[in-house]
Amino acid sequence: MNSAIRRLAVAAIVLMLALMANSTYLQAFRANEINGRNDNNRVRDSQFSVNRGPILIGSTPVAQSKESDDRFKYQRTYANGMVYAPVTGFYSYLFGRGGIELTMNAELNGSDPSMAFRRIIDVISNRPQQGGSVTLTLNAAAQQAAYNGLAGKTGAVVAIEPKTGRILAMASRPSYDPNQLASHDTEKVGAAWKSLNADKNKPLSNRAVQELYPPGSTFKLVTAAAALSSGKYTPETKVASPAELPLPQTTVPLVNEDGKNCGGSNNATLTIALRYSCNTAFGTVGMALGADALNEQAAKFGFGAKPLTELPAVATSQFPGDPNEPQTAQSAIGQFDVRATPLQMAMVAAGIANKGEVMKPYLVQNVKTPDLKTVSETKPESLHQAVTPQVAAQLTAMMVDVVNNGTGRPGRISGVQVAGKTGTAQTSRERPPFAWFTAFAPADDPKVAVAVLIEDANIPRNDIAGGTLAAPIAKKVMEAVLGQ
Amino acid sequence: MSIASTSVIQIIPRTRRGVELLLLVIAIAVSVAAYVNIGVTVQNAVPASTGYYAAGIGLLALIAHLALRYRAPYADPVLLPCAVLLNGLGVAMIHRIDLGLAIVAEARGKVPKGPAAPQQITWTAVGVVLFLVVILVIRDHRRLQALTYTAGLAGLLLLVLPLIPGLGVNLNGARIWIRLAGMSFQPGEFAKICLVVFFAGYLVVKRDVLTLAGHRFLGLDLPRARDLGPIGIAWVVSLGVLVFESDLGSSLLFFGLFLFLLYVSTERAGWLIIGGLLFAGGAFFAYTTFGHVHRRVTDWLDPWAIDGGQVKLGLMGQSWGGILGRGLGQGHPEATLYAQSDMIISSFAEELGLTGLIAILLVYTLIIERGLRTALGCRDIFGKLIATGLAMSFALQVFVIVGGVTGLIPLTGLATPFMALGGTSLVANWAIIALLLRISDQARRPQTPAAPVSDDTIAMAVQKA
Repeated sequence: MNSAIRRLAVAAIVLMLALMANSTYLQAFRANEINGRNDNNRVRDSQFSVNRGPILIGSTPVAQSKESDDRFKYQRTYANGMVYAPVTGFYSYLFGRGGIELTMNAELNGSDPSMAFRRIIDVISNRPQQGGSVTLTLNAAAQQAAYNGLAGKTGAVVAIEPKTGRILAMASRPSYDPNQLASHDTEKVGAAWKSLNADKNKPLSNRAVQELYPPGSTFKLVTAAAALSSGKYTPETKVASPAELPLPQTTVPLVNEDGKNCGGSNNATLTIALRYSCNTAFGTVGMALGADALNEQAAKFGFGAKPLTELPAVATSQFPGDPNEPQTAQSAIGQFDVRATPLQMAMVAAGIANKGEVMKPYLVQNVKTPDLKTVSETKPESLHQAVTPQVAAQLTAMMVDVVNNGTGRPGRISGVQVAGKTGTAQTSRERPPFAWFTAFAPADDPKVAVAVLIEDANIPRNDIAGGTLAAPIAKKVMEAVLGQ
Repeated sequence: MSIASTSVIQIIPRTRRGVELLLLVIAIAVSVAAYVNIGVTVQNAVPASTGYYAAGIGLLALIAHLALRYRAPYADPVLLPCAVLLNGLGVAMIHRIDLGLAIVAEARGKVPKGPAAPQQITWTAVGVVLFLVVILVIRDHRRLQALTYTAGLAGLLLLVLPLIPGLGVNLNGARIWIRLAGMSFQPGEFAKICLVVFFAGYLVVKRDVLTLAGHRFLGLDLPRARDLGPIGIAWVVSLGVLVFESDLGSSLLFFGLFLFLLYVSTERAGWLIIGGLLFAGGAFFAYTTFGHVHRRVTDWLDPWAIDGGQVKLGLMGQSWGGILGRGLGQGHPEATLYAQSDMIISSFAEELGLTGLIAILLVYTLIIERGLRTALGCRDIFGKLIATGLAMSFALQVFVIVGGVTGLIPLTGLATPFMALGGTSLVANWAIIALLLRISDQARRPQTPAAPVSDDTIAMAVQKA
């Protein structure tokens, strides 16, 4: 009998050990994951009583916590909130976080492992926990120019420093005021959240990175890059460019925007074809190169991979999976199922500007502790050599021609040589086409690459063209960066 | 079976009441310190009720201690301090959550509910009274053997009580409560004690039949088919609890209890295998057939899917506690549903961390192992079986409820012994401790009547030498 009792005694200890092991796994190993959940009210409550670090541009805070005398110790406030909302995101008691507030939460509230030492010191010296600061790469003047340029429109602007990948501007409109969501008046916050979500213009969406659009003619840069890289083409190579290009396997031909042939020629050079953005010429090139070559070139510019990890819900730009010949021709001009974010098209321009090397875009310049010790500093990182420096130079010359002599004229800046490409993308007859412009300047020593997308400009459809709508905004943003 | 062949008999008969008193002082000091700590962090002052709390817990513990000195001088010295510590910490945590809930209610502009801690102290007093009754009235546990079938009937009755319409209430998905005179009771807690007495008394008589006859199969001694009757009945009853009261915990507890005692009395592992298979089969049948059982399992597999689910909130609290805890009064245990009752272990894990949780589990382990130690030392089979049954019921109950709260197994409505808010469970647990102490007194008492040697006389002897 006693041996059976002894065995039960061992069994009881095994049961208790199982409980301890399970709790150890939960509280020691899974805790970080569970604490990071957006629906974790406990963590949110305690974080609301932490002096959260600021989000800075240079040394100017665009988001900071100020002492508050209501039920929480601090109130998050956003200076110029509408302008920076797509990047900073919001910090709400009821609805979690967005943008940098979400992705850099651990650094901002000081709970990141990189600040563990500092936290221990705080505990020992009985100081309250204080969060670190996050400095953005944004350029205040460029960001403001981008935001102002989009006034009254639905669209997005992204500007990148080509040599590093630093994002200088990222604007999206319609925007929202994050102060509304950060308020401690939960009723008002609830109402604001409801109306923002109900708004069909999706003000909470950061169109620069979270939405995908057909890139239209701006994608011809990728097709041109693939053509020049193949070795079978030079900028002077002539390709078939009739007013209407009959496509195999279908009765629907590919047509040029204006219904005419390419700048008066049925056999235009690549440079001329880009200058007038001739669909038939690039359709011909696309079919000759094949979908695989286009896909490969697109991937080298960043298609098919998430370009940015510092914002939530960043969309991945796509080249269609296995298009047939007419679909390949459509894809070569950025139609069919080609989809890109404005950030992606800015990366194409930036890659060409940076001698063919695409840099990984980033928004966070550095993270510092409250006593201004640098915790981390983002280093520029190369993604791909998308094209050779020679091909990049050829593409640059072609884009300069677009701005000087072609559809991109509204993007010219006096005294500075701009290289660019316009785009107009159709989706359906019911909704207005998307207007694009992507460019960089100065052409010989690029300091900024930019992509502008206008989704809906509230003007009659026949007026929409990348050149007239989008290029002036790109121009303002580039001027802001170049200090003009 | 020869008791003399085991090492258990080598106990030097000493009362150890002095050790018990010292441990009690420590247990009370820890509890009062926790209470004061909570007041200082939450209200920035030593709470005015500290005196009431300290006097209440201290006095009750002292009375229980004196009763042991008087009527069970050789009783185990560790059990009572463990129980007092768990009870005291439980009241402190209930008080802490009272404060937290009051703050939340105030912030929402509502009138806070009355505090639950004073109520729990009152129930502690009732529990200690029952403790005294057991110690003072039951002078010899063997007299309980005469009540074998009465206890069995009472246990069964208590078990089905919540099923009576108008009396039983469905709380939190399980029907294991009854409502009488405006108060809720969990009769299963007392059914447990009755059934242990019944199983023990029954098995003392039947163990020979169950042990001897049988045949070997795959190296296991299997019982005869006709002897399977009792285990069959126990199985049906426990499945009935699972299906009609939808409580996996109680079901597992009663069937497990029966199996363990069957195993101890016959020493045949075959019973465990048969019983385990039966239970697994029955539980699987219930899982596939009954929606409420199924839901418990899916809640367990993915606690995150339910918005505001108590397991989810509890797991978040435990994670928030981490290794060292937020500190008493510095977490948000009140944010978890049923933080004072079902989920109280989660509240401790949040504020005292993994460290505190493991300490509490070790105290539970001590009670279990001291109970089994009592069973080992006990000189009669009936007493052995009762001590084993009570200790193992404690082990199963702690495993089932703590396992449920920490996400190891599906959550059930069993009470966390001594800690959870709730009178029935608290009072029943005091009765269990009293029974274990009564048996241990007999087990540790010198066989030939001798004058008890107190620690003081030993100390004097040492001094003289």
